Amino acid sequence: MAEVGRAALILALGVAVYGIGASLYGARSGRADIVASGRRAAYALALLSVVAFVILEAAFLRSDLSFAVVAGHSSTTTPTFYQATAVWSSQEGSLLLWLTLLSLWSALVLFLTRRQLRDVAPYATAVLLGLGAFFAGLLIFLESPFDVLASPPVEGAGLNPLLRSPSMMTHPPMLYSGYTLFAIPFAFAVGALIVRRVDAEWIRATRRFALAAWLFLGIGVLLGARWSYAELGWGGYWAWDPVENASLMPWLIGTAFIHSIMIQEKRGMLKVWNASLILATGVLCLLGTFLVRSGILDSIHAFGASTLGGPFLVLIGAMTLGSVALVVSRRDTLRSEHRLDALLSRESIFLLNNLVLVALCFVVFWGTFFPLIAEAVTGQRAALGPPWFDRYTVPLALLLVLLSGVGPLIAWRRATAANARRSFAIPAAVAVLAAVALAAAGAGSALLALGMFVAGAFVAGTVFQELWRGTGARRAMTGEAPHLAVVRLIGRNRRRYGGYLVHLGMAVLFVGVAASSSFQDATDVRLAPGEQAEVGEYTVRYTEPTARLVATREAGLEFIELGARLDVWRDGEALGAMTPTRGYYPSQDLAGLGAIGRFFEGESVSEIALDAGAGRDLWLAVQPDIGALEPVIREGDAVFAQAAGGLSPQFEAVALAQTLRGLVDRYASEAPPAQFRLLTSPMITWIWVGALVVFAGGLICLWPAPDAARRRATAGLAVRVARDLGRVRART
Amino acid sequence: MDPSRKRKIRLGVALSAAVLLAAALVYTSFSASSEARTPSELDTAQAGVSYQLTGKVVEGSVQRTQDGLDFEVRDRDGAQAVPISYQGVVPDPFREGREVIVTVQRQGDGFMGERDSLITKCPSKFTTDEQPS
Repeated sequence: MAEVGRAALILALGVAVYGIGASLYGARSGRADIVASGRRAAYALALLSVVAFVILEAAFLRSDLSFAVVAGHSSTTTPTFYQATAVWSSQEGSLLLWLTLLSLWSALVLFLTRRQLRDVAPYATAVLLGLGAFFAGLLIFLESPFDVLASPPVEGAGLNPLLRSPSMMTHPPMLYSGYTLFAIPFAFAVGALIVRRVDAEWIRATRRFALAAWLFLGIGVLLGARWSYAELGWGGYWAWDPVENASLMPWLIGTAFIHSIMIQEKRGMLKVWNASLILATGVLCLLGTFLVRSGILDSIHAFGASTLGGPFLVLIGAMTLGSVALVVSRRDTLRSEHRLDALLSRESIFLLNNLVLVALCFVVFWGTFFPLIAEAVTGQRAALGPPWFDRYTVPLALLLVLLSGVGPLIAWRRATAANARRSFAIPAAVAVLAAVALAAAGAGSALLALGMFVAGAFVAGTVFQELWRGTGARRAMTGEAPHLAVVRLIGRNRRRYGGYLVHLGMAVLFVGVAASSSFQDATDVRLAPGEQAEVGEYTVRYTEPTARLVATREAGLEFIELGARLDVWRDGEALGAMTPTRGYYPSQDLAGLGAIGRFFEGESVSEIALDAGAGRDLWLAVQPDIGALEPVIREGDAVFAQAAGGLSPQFEAVALAQTLRGLVDRYASEAPPAQFRLLTSPMITWIWVGALVVFAGGLICLWPAPDAARRRATAGLAVRVARDLGRVRART
Repeated sequence: MDPSRKRKIRLGVALSAAVLLAAALVYTSFSASSEARTPSELDTAQAGVSYQLTGKVVEGSVQRTQDGLDFEVRDRDGAQAVPISYQGVVPDPFREGREVIVTVQRQGDGFMGERDSLITKCPSKFTTDEQPS
């Protein structure tokens, strides 16, 4: 099957290169049949990359260890869900996923726009196929997922235990969907600039793709944060690590883009700005992909020295230069149709929001690349930590939340005092009340957090006021029941109310961030059974250790789990027991490690205990002290080394299981002290709740409105009539 | 004032604000950063200055203490090592032989790790050089 996969990739590259040539030649010569052939090449590319992906996925699912990537990233003892998702834990598999998603979205957009934008689409096709050809080339020449091993190992390395979390395994497809979906507006922007057709048509054709990209990228970033909080054993969700920043930057600029295109659609302004934003987003998406794989920056994520740096740099350089050249050479056609009328208008608030987002992105960019900048300037690498990032991002985020309350309500063109009073009197009153109440409750100790709470209250005030007024107006007209009126109101104005919901969710999310980071309590303690510790208003007592062997299918031992049972009280009230644990996975590196010892020399992963609540989360992690077990481990290793070869495999397996069972029992009975990390974070759940609201709002914006479908149908009819009229006129 | 002049002034104000902010950003980044060093480059380290140390944990050097960890960090491809005392969060993938990043300050002959600053690189994600053969 590997040969079929490789052949599919080679064909994919051929088809993509053909499609680029056909699209460009068709566009230059004005031959619609050749342009259509180029478009069909994009469909073929999608089909071929899906074939390659399915072959690789099937190899993972049946644990075909003759595939080098399968042997390196999966194993027969890996649970089925993780066998399926281990595909993208490998460099090769993740690049193939990129190509597959890119080619699927490309095929979809080219199919949907096959009768529109006849001048722009061929160039967009060429750009999309160019990206496809680049990734197909990488997969053929540098990182082939279809390399076979001459002598397959009996067992694979297994999926890295740290990645065995549903949120981590769905994180890459979401992120790549976001990256690849942003390639669509990018490609159409390039096409529009090339043919100098810079009205809002290309924006309308790709708006939904930009929105979907924004949504998926956001989900991807958030899943990463959630994984970090629940899986990594340090209790944080964001550390300004280069790899995190790499996914945040295109999201920030993409957010600016989906706001500012509204100004171009409604008022024909900001054309240079919009083109620049989407071109920058496209480049940043590639930069994100590159940063994760190149290892040029020191990051939590060590990605093995890879050969991909060069090709990616060339592509990113070409995209950047091409983008700048396009915008500069087309600046005359990109002139605004209108001027900014007043500083207090929706246009200028949107512009301000854009500037804040771009500033945020610049801060993140500067901080991320600072090690390289410092090395270039001073000759010495230097790095910036989270405090530096927070100093700039916190005030900017505060401003952003505030603007998200002002922007949707302020009048277009010029806001009057009456307009401002009507729109903002109630939300401002809500915000003032919130400020007074919170200051009285003692939140004044953290001024920036207080500011964020007040801004959040203001945004919530604007959203609920608008919903209230809209529902009221609708009920006055239709006499519907209140709940029906709300649903219909949102359903008929999806972009508007979906947007409000996104703003509300963002405000909730930032309130969660502000509260949990400003008012967190953390303790690191070493406790023996019977001892207790305090964290915030909680008391935690270590009652007894837990220990067990965890086996998967076919009785294969997967890992050893050591943990602790803790009784928890809150303000003296018993909350029950919580059991954080730690899993010890056997090392796959067999050389020099004993049969028992290899379980403690491999990966070990925290399984935290979490009591999540609307008010606060209690988060507990344990680091068992395995020092007490070391003599037993060494002894067991010696026994097994001596007996090596003399035992039948079955007997050896039984003896190993018995020894490990004895080891685990011994840990439970000896009960050595263990190291604990105890955290309580107020309102951290609101981050995830806010994110869910954001995504619900995003989905509402994305969902095609029924009347839009009708409009498309009538537009199709109009086109046909016009075409027939044209024919008639040509004849006469 | 005529509109075009007003626009120019506005543009000027906006641009100078942007330049000022950017200058602040650049200035603070150079003063707030900690120098990234390898163990062999720490010879010249001064007390009271934070360095971001990158290197590998020396085999057999890790010792759990009452309130933290003692270990040594060596150059990625060398033997020169420095001792570190560290308290705070120890990431899951931390172990001997693995690459770590930790913020340190000189203290006597050794170095004190800044609380919670220890980062261990995830070992196997996307590596291309550890394929079993």
